[in-house]
Amino acid sequence: MRRRPGRGTPPVADPARGIELAGVHHAYGERVVLDGLDLRLTEHRVGVVGANGSGKSTFARLLNGLVVPTAGTVLVDGLDTRTAVREVRRRVGFVFQDPDAQIVHPTVAEDVAYGLENQGVPAAERAERVAEVLVRYGLAGHADHPAHLLSGGQKQLLAIAGVLVMRPARIVFDEPTTLLDLINARTVMQVIAELPQAVVVVTHDLDLLEGFDRVLVMDAGRVVEDGPPEQSVRSYRKLMADP
Amino acid sequence: MTLALYVPRPTPVHRAPAGAKLLALAGLGALVFAVPTLLVAAGALIGVLLVGLLGARLPLGLLARQARAVAVWVVAILVVHALATDVLTGVETAVRLLALVLAAAVVTATTRVTAMVAVVERVCAPLRFVGVRPARIGLVLAMALRFIPLVAERADRIREAQAARGGSRRGLRGLRTTVVPLLVQVLQLAHTVSEALDARGADDVPRRARGATS
Repeated sequence: MRRRPGRGTPPVADPARGIELAGVHHAYGERVVLDGLDLRLTEHRVGVVGANGSGKSTFARLLNGLVVPTAGTVLVDGLDTRTAVREVRRRVGFVFQDPDAQIVHPTVAEDVAYGLENQGVPAAERAERVAEVLVRYGLAGHADHPAHLLSGGQKQLLAIAGVLVMRPARIVFDEPTTLLDLINARTVMQVIAELPQAVVVVTHDLDLLEGFDRVLVMDAGRVVEDGPPEQSVRSYRKLMADP
Repeated sequence: MTLALYVPRPTPVHRAPAGAKLLALAGLGALVFAVPTLLVAAGALIGVLLVGLLGARLPLGLLARQARAVAVWVVAILVVHALATDVLTGVETAVRLLALVLAAAVVTATTRVTAMVAVVERVCAPLRFVGVRPARIGLVLAMALRFIPLVAERADRIREAQAARGGSRRGLRGLRTTVVPLLVQVLQLAHTVSEALDARGADDVPRRARGATS
């Protein structure tokens, strides 16, 4: 239910707590996709790998309240995704695999401004922040171009810009390089590597995990390996070779 | 295919308020129908061309493309009138149609979608009293402009994929084999888009200070 001005006080976030999952289960009807997750993620860069259908995307969607678990709790900086979903979404940006599904306005600058409009940011500040983020991601020359005519890599950069302009504390990426060619995938990898925000990246692209602090390997809705990238990638390769 | 025709230029026509431009467009439409003479229709067409090419400094090609899009109708009108009434009436009707299509193109090419959306939201503001959220109507308009080309592109991809496998059926059967997979894709897309809207705070909207960024 929408919180009305003057009614209650917004929950207070505690960034030191990171992301906490306790006893998380999730099922779509009879199909169990997440089965007993207990995790605390406080690292700057966390990767998630796993086969198709292993529950990675559902896991990612838990982190900003797009999916609320069937059982258990997900806390982001101490905020419950079940009861404080708006505050959680302001703190956690989400970049989808297919940028075409994320871009909702016809032109580039208008789309980047969309999230700021939702936050009620005044027009002058909005224009300033949009211009800044477009310059940062090499899209300034395309500000008034139809988003539809951008290349795949530019669309993904636009999707990232649309999230970053909202200045979230954390960003979740759901397979951000899957639809991109090698050059664009490298560009997006570089962008992610340089982000000051804490990131959780779900990916099949193992190169993307280089330099990450922690990598989770998922299989059949469970975390079967949890450690530094080398250890987790080794475990993932073994899992894929001998399923 | 693109419906977003905005062409940025630092001109007074671009800077004019979207509401004023839409009102002028409506006024022009009313005028050419209220005074149905060739002189008025031709004057309207010349005026639109002057505003578009000189006032707004739009490329001639852009207006030519819009004119080409209705060329079949213009020819049809001329032929039907030549056969049913007289050539002069046909010319007058065709010129009137051209003037209005080009006027609409000038308004679209000089107005950002957000400015249009803001006008729609203002016009729909009274609907708040019956529980309708004007911001939602504006968003629907913007999303329609954004997604029509995307859906058209996906339909092309399906047709190409079918052609690549030897399926180049035309007619009703061909339509069915395109529409069903397209519908499935569109529904999947709609689901992800709804998630993206949630993720980008579509439901946040405290008091939306929506307005043109230009």
